[in-house]
This record gives sequence, C-alpha cells and structure tokens, in this order.
Amino acid sequence: MNLIFLAGLALLVAVGFLFGRSRANVAAQSEAMHSRPVYHGAFVAIAVLVPMVLVLALGVPAGNHIVETQALGGFAPSLVDDSLKRSALLRDIIAVVNGQYSGNPTPALQRAADTYASMRAFANTLVLGTGLVFGLLGLAYGLRAVSVRFRARTQVERFVKVVLAVAASVAVLTTIGIVFSVLFETVRFFERVSPLEFLFGLHWSPQTAIRADQAGSSGAFGIVPLVTGTLLITTIAMLIAGPIGLFAAIYLAEYATPRFRSWAKPILEILAGIPTVVLGFFAALSLAPWLRESGGILGLDVASESALAAGVVMGMMVIPFVSSLSDDVINAVPQSLRDGSYAMGATKSETVKKVVLPAAFAGIVSAFMLAISRAVGETMIVVMAAGLAANLTFNPLEAVTTFTVQIKTILVGDQEFDSAKTLSAFALGFVLFFFTLTLNVIALQIVKRYREQYD
Amino acid sequence: MNAVANIELPQPAREPAADAHVTSATDPHIKVVARSVNVFYGDKHALKDVSIDVPERSVTAFIGPSGCGKSTFLRCINRMNDTIPIARVSGRIEIEGQDIYDSSLDVVQLRARVGMVFQKPNPFPKSVYENIAYGPRIHGLARNKGELDEIVVTSLKRAGLFEEVKDRLGDSGTGLSGGQQQRLCIARAIAVNPDVILMDEPCSALDPIATARIEELMDELRENFTMIIVTHSMQQAARVSQRTAFFHLGVLVESGPTEKIFTNPDDQRTQDYITGRFG
Ligand SMILES: Nc1ncnc2c1ncn2[C@@H]1O[C@H](COP(=O)(O)OP(=O)(O)OP(=O)(O)O)[C@@H](O)[C@H]1O
Ligand SMILES: [Mg+2]
Repeated sequence: MNLIFLAGLALLVAVGFLFGRSRANVAAQSEAMHSRPVYHGAFVAIAVLVPMVLVLALGVPAGNHIVETQALGGFAPSLVDDSLKRSALLRDIIAVVNGQYSGNPTPALQRAADTYASMRAFANTLVLGTGLVFGLLGLAYGLRAVSVRFRARTQVERFVKVVLAVAASVAVLTTIGIVFSVLFETVRFFERVSPLEFLFGLHWSPQTAIRADQAGSSGAFGIVPLVTGTLLITTIAMLIAGPIGLFAAIYLAEYATPRFRSWAKPILEILAGIPTVVLGFFAALSLAPWLRESGGILGLDVASESALAAGVVMGMMVIPFVSSLSDDVINAVPQSLRDGSYAMGATKSETVKKVVLPAAFAGIVSAFMLAISRAVGETMIVVMAAGLAANLTFNPLEAVTTFTVQIKTILVGDQEFDSAKTLSAFALGFVLFFFTLTLNVIALQIVKRYREQYD
Repeated sequence: MNAVANIELPQPAREPAADAHVTSATDPHIKVVARSVNVFYGDKHALKDVSIDVPERSVTAFIGPSGCGKSTFLRCINRMNDTIPIARVSGRIEIEGQDIYDSSLDVVQLRARVGMVFQKPNPFPKSVYENIAYGPRIHGLARNKGELDEIVVTSLKRAGLFEEVKDRLGDSGTGLSGGQQQRLCIARAIAVNPDVILMDEPCSALDPIATARIEELMDELRENFTMIIVTHSMQQAARVSQRTAFFHLGVLVESGPTEKIFTNPDDQRTQDYITGRFG
C-alpha cells in the first residue's frame, strides 16, 4: 500500500515539476519572469509533495490506531488496557491475518482478525485516496500560481530552509530525547539508592536479591571503583596513543615523503577499522598472558585480566584517531608559516615544535578529545581483557572494570525491569554521558581560549 | 605548497658550474657573488645563467615583469628553494667568499645570517612579542629576559612599528593590519641581526605612509646591512636602491648603478621596461 502511495507521490511530483516548468516557459515567452522556469517547476512539485507527505505522516498512524481499536473491540478491557497483553493480542491477530498463526485461533481471535483485515484494507484505501486528492489539489494550486510575477524562487528557498531546519531539529530533539529518557530512569534509580551512596560509595556489586528470602546479596552501588577503573584504562590508553599518534602524525605530515605518506596513512586508518572484538581477544589471548609471564619473570604479580592489557590494546585502537586527525590539522598549517620559521634559521624540529604544533594546537586537542571519548566509551576490549571485578585500585596490573562494561553486564541476561540493578545501568549511562560532555566542554574552552589568543 | 614532502630539507641537486672558480670575491666590498645560477622547477627552467655581484652596505633592487624569476633568485640566496621539493639549483653563490651551496655549510646558520621578508606577510600565530623573540630565542642571542625585551623593542622601533603596538605586545601578531604585519615580519627578520636582508616586495601591501616608513628603514638599515629587495615599483627602486638588476624571462638582462639603469640602460629590453612599454 505504502509502495503504491509512494509511486503515486513520485509520479505526481514529477508531473507537477514538468507541467510547472513548461507553463512557466510559455509565460516567459511573453514577458520577463521574476523566477526562472525551473523554480516554478520546483514550486509546483513542492505544492504536490507537502500535502501528500502530510497525509501519509498523519494518515498512517491514525489509520493504525483506528484499525487496532476496532479489531480489539471484542476483547475484555482487562486484556486491552494492559500494554503488554495488548501487544501480544495484536501480534496474534496479525499472525492470523497473515496465516502464520500456529494452532487454531479461537473464534474471538478469528473475528478480530477478520475485522482487522477489512478495516486495514479500508484505512489503506482511505489514506491513498486522500493523499491523491490532496496531491491533485496541490498540483492545481501550484499550477495556478505560475505567473510572470509569482516569486517562485523565494518560495523554493523558503522550502529548502524549512527542510534543513527540520533536519537540524530532528538531530537536536533525538539527543534531547535520549538524554531525558536516560535521565528519567536515573531519577527512578535514585528513588531506590541515594545519590550520595552512588557517587561516593567504594563498593560496586549490583547483585540485589531476586527473591526476598535470598540472603547476603543486598547490592552495593558505589561507582568509585568504576570511575577509577575507567580512568586507569583510559589513562594507559592515552599514554600510548597520545605520543605515538602525535609523533606518527608529525612524521607523516612533516618528514615523510609524499609516497610513503600516501600508503602509510591508509594503513594507519585500517587500524581504526579493526573490530574491537578482534582487538579484545588479541588483548585477552595474546597480550594478557604475555604480560603475566613477563611480569612473573620480574617478580610482579600480574592478574590474568589486567587494566594494563586492556589499556595497551585500547591505546592501539585509538592511535589512528589521534594520528589521522592530527595529521590533517598539521597539514592545514600554511606553508608560509614554516617558510617564515626556516627563513629565521630555525631547524625542522624547532619549526615543528614552535610554529607548526602551536598553530595546529586546537585541532590536536580535538583529536585527543575524540580519542579519549572513544576510549571511555569502549566496551568490548575491556570486557575481554580487564575483567568484571570492580576493584578499587590504581594498580594497572590488577583486574578492573569500567562503566561501559558494567552497563553491558547489567543489561545482558534476564532482568526484572525496575530492579535497582537494572536501573543502575541508566544511572551509569547518565554519569558516562555527563563525563564525556564535561570533557567536550573543557576541550571547547581550551580551543576557544587558544583561538582568542592566537587567531 | 605542501611541506609534507621533504625529509630534512633536502639539498637540491647541484651541478658544478662551468666557471665555478671564477669568483670575484677579490673586491672586499662585494657581499654576495652569484655565478651561472640556474634554477629548475621540475622541467621548467625558471632562472637562466644568472651572475651578479651584490655590494655590501647598500640596497640592490631586483625589478622585472611578473614571473621573471626575481623571487626565485632571491630564494637562492638563503637557500629557501631547499624547501621546494621540485626545485633544483645549480651554479655558485658565495657570501663573503663562502660557497653557500657547499655540502659542509649549515643551512640553519646561513639563514640566520641571511634574513628574509616574504612577499606575503606571514607572522606566526603568536603574540607580537613572541614573533620577534622567536629568532633570538632559537639562536640564543639573549642571555636573559631583559636582553630579550631589549632586542624586541629595538627591532620594533627600527621597523617603525613600536609606537603602534607598544601597548599590545601580548596580542596576536596575526591580529595586526596587513601593513603592520609586514613591518612585524621585517622587525622579526632584523631581530636576529643578519648580515644580509632579502625583501620580496615588502611594500606591496602597504599604504603610501607605511611604504615611506619602510623605505626610510631601508635607508637606515643600509648602513649596517646588505639589502636586496624585489619591487614592482620603479619609483621605489629609484628612491631606495643604489644598484638595480633587471630580470626578464628568467634571464638577468642588465645590472648596474640604479641611476644608470634608469637613465641610460645598455639593453633595449631594460629601456622598454622602465619606460613602461611592456611588463
Ligand atoms: N614553487 C614553484 N613551483 C613551480 N614553479 C615555480 C615555483 N615558484 C616559481 N615558479 C615558476 O618560476 C617562474 C619564476 O617565478 P618567480 O616567483 O621567481 O617570479 P617573480 O619574478 O617573483 O614574479 P612576481 O613578480 O609575480 O612575484 C614562474 O614562471 C613561476 O611559475
Ligand atoms: Mg615574486
């Protein structure tokens, strides 16, 4: 049905455009027009498009609602009012309609399915018909508007602006929506666990009692061990990715021959494309045992899952983020600045250190921030290499855990939806979000301060 | 141009010039000697067999139509062509009798001695103070902050910029006006106290007042430095230079005392150019 609708829409839009344009062409022969004929064509097309899209956007959900209420009309309110039962019923009805229902439907179900099918056909026809009528009305309206004086170009520009604004608002609203839904669940979590305990508690073990008679599993929701774990791993990762990525970028941008650069850079970027699961088992199966052995030789006690292994591999993962972006910004530094420095008798490394890097500083900060956000948000490597134990430690040789890993652990598997344990995932998510947001704001401030000073 | 290209400022390949040893460093007042200098950009022969003597403590002007190789030759004198990967220089250039393309020569030292002001102002994105302090810091010319301040202030004063920027030495150099930036670049170049200063159209972005100030500066600097300037303004060449060299299509057509070049040139092409018949 929707396919027919879309085909009709495309057809009418095309017809509108062609008619509008040819009409404008005719008009243009007698007198100079305000807008060029394509704009008149585009205006007519828009006059068709907008009402039809509106009909589709409003008609389909309205139709669905009516069809469902009608189909469910024969059932007891107790079934219909509960959202879970209601959707189960609907699934059954649709299965019957499609002939995929296993077993024999009850008479009530069969009746509902019949209603559903006929109502559905009716609603579809209604939407299609209304759409076509509105499309034709739009066509007529648009064609009538075509005239020498009509400012079609202005109208089309306005339409373009509206479309762009809608796209922008969708992006913004989605973000706000996500934040609020997380925030909402977080508030529910804080109804059970006090924020103070959550933020400053030193123990994390979210195993709440599933049955009331279970003992010894009251659950502890202190995120400090997660904060330290996340920071520890991120710090290790950035200690590796920061220098290596930046130095690689400097080499690529300033020292390497164009030929070397042209194949080295893509290879570096492939590193960014390696799935993190693969990096994770590299960390868990190759690096971690090796670290454990070499630690053993040195007389160190390295846990088989360690922050070090996860951090090192995560560092490797984010190297390309640092290097590729830094390379781009270093390249964007104008050659004339380098020339100015060379002409003062500066060496290459002095020029890089004192002119090129400061000039590229803002971009390099963003590269680092991107890398840090990636590291903080990374889950797979940590799950596989650093473990799940929420140890409060700064020792990189011990197992630690991070926000993302805990969120994943909490939400995987069967959970009672409104237990404190499940809700804590949202609170963790919110804190994580807040954390990256803060990072971004700080980075922006640094960049802005720097720009003010040096632009 | 992209600097990505070069590793470690590659030395342009040079071919021994035919008359490599015929240098006239005998005259102690000659600062820069060039013999049979050729420059290629890839296959393009941009500078053909240029030989010239530049006397010390004077201003020498390079004039000629656009694209004739003035900047190219200027860049040979402090080896800035090294930063252009496709550039190849041959021939011999000596400064005070020392071959500057000799493999034992340290380019960094050479450039500290031969300063350059570019055609387009290119202040560093640092404060005015830091722009000037850049060279002295690199070469360790100041032992303490006081000396550095001193160098900065003197250089700015000599470039005729101090009065305008004395209250905002901490502001960014890129925030200055185009003409101020150009003078900042001049101040930056003289801060390291070079022997030779190369200026590529230093007044192309300046209003008449600032131009007059720069010309005054050149006159003043001439007492201590050897200056080579590229200019498109015949009047400027006539006003500030003692000697003039006319380039055309990569060839040095004629060089000599400014007065002679502008009143009684030997070559018809020079005559045509200075009277505005082509260019
Ligand atoms: N980096 C370069 N790569 C390739 N060719 C170049 C390069 N620089 C200059 N050339 C060429 O060499 C020739 C001389 O250029 P140059 O810049 O020396 O001219 P100019 O006399 O300074 O001109 P103008 O007065 O316009 O500044 C020109 O034909 C130019 O196209
Ligand atoms: Mg030039």
